[in-house]
Amino acid sequence: MAELEKTYTVKPRDFIRAGEVSIQIQSLLKSMGVTPDIVRRASVCAYESEMNIVMYGGEGTFTLRVDQDMIMIRACDDGPGIDDIELAFQEGYSTATPEYREIGFGAGMGLPNIKKNSDEIQVESHKGEGTCLVIYIKIN
Amino acid sequence: MKLSEIITILEADLLNGHDKLDMEIVAGFGSDLMSDVLNRATDGVLLLTGLTNVQVIRSAVISATTAVVFVRGKQPCDDIIEQARKHGLPIMVTPFTMFTASGKLYEGGLRGIENRSAAKH
Ligand SMILES: Nc1ncnc2c1ncn2[C@@H]1O[C@H](COP(=O)(O)OP(=O)(O)O)[C@@H](O)[C@H]1O
Ligand SMILES: [Mg+2]
Repeated sequence: MAELEKTYTVKPRDFIRAGEVSIQIQSLLKSMGVTPDIVRRASVCAYESEMNIVMYGGEGTFTLRVDQDMIMIRACDDGPGIDDIELAFQEGYSTATPEYREIGFGAGMGLPNIKKNSDEIQVESHKGEGTCLVIYIKIN
Repeated sequence: MKLSEIITILEADLLNGHDKLDMEIVAGFGSDLMSDVLNRATDGVLLLTGLTNVQVIRSAVISATTAVVFVRGKQPCDDIIEQARKHGLPIMVTPFTMFTASGKLYEGGLRGIENRSAAKH
């Protein structure tokens, strides 16, 4: 499989376009011949992290890297950061506003979903500086 | 169950997907939580939902959900229909509530996603 690296930007609070980057990533992975199950897992991880940047983060930068045997998605933003990372990963924990809940988010399942659908994740977040989530998914 | 049978059972108005009436639906799933959709819905699954915002369409596309039903007669706006068209996602509106729509489909022979697990682990 061809190797590739691509960068995208994600705007905070832009609910009109929220999710479009992940859909682009999904189409790209499909066109590269990645198997449907892997495409699905990578797309879910991308989408949950894109929505988190839109809802809670700052200016976001998405990087997709596809290697011979690994997909890497790096989702970084310069927003308020995550106070307690362990708590944020607990199922059901969410600081979503009523508006976010109204559009179907805020179940506190985003980060747990990312964990479940990836092979490895690294999180770095500092209060007031932002958040970086690096997601790895093995190909085969 | 074919998409056309689902439209009949739900007395639904098909807003997109007229070229996909023969598509096979293997299971149904009802939710208003997008993380649930992302986690549980997948290829062959019919999603029933009470939400009509654009994130429903995007969550369905991302999870590879086969078709979407908006319950209790909630009509999505043109933007949403346009997004569904763009992604080739069949969408329809049923006058029935979530419970009744699910019951009618179950009675018609469609089952839930319990036998089909989407995610690994
Ligand atoms: N990029 C981010 N910047 C700041 N806070 C975040 C970010 N991503 C997640 N969080 C925090 O972690 C919580 C849990 O996230 P998640 O599991 O995706 O659930 P939900 O999106 O339903 O709230 C969020 O409610 C938010 O407080
Ligand atoms: Mg989330």
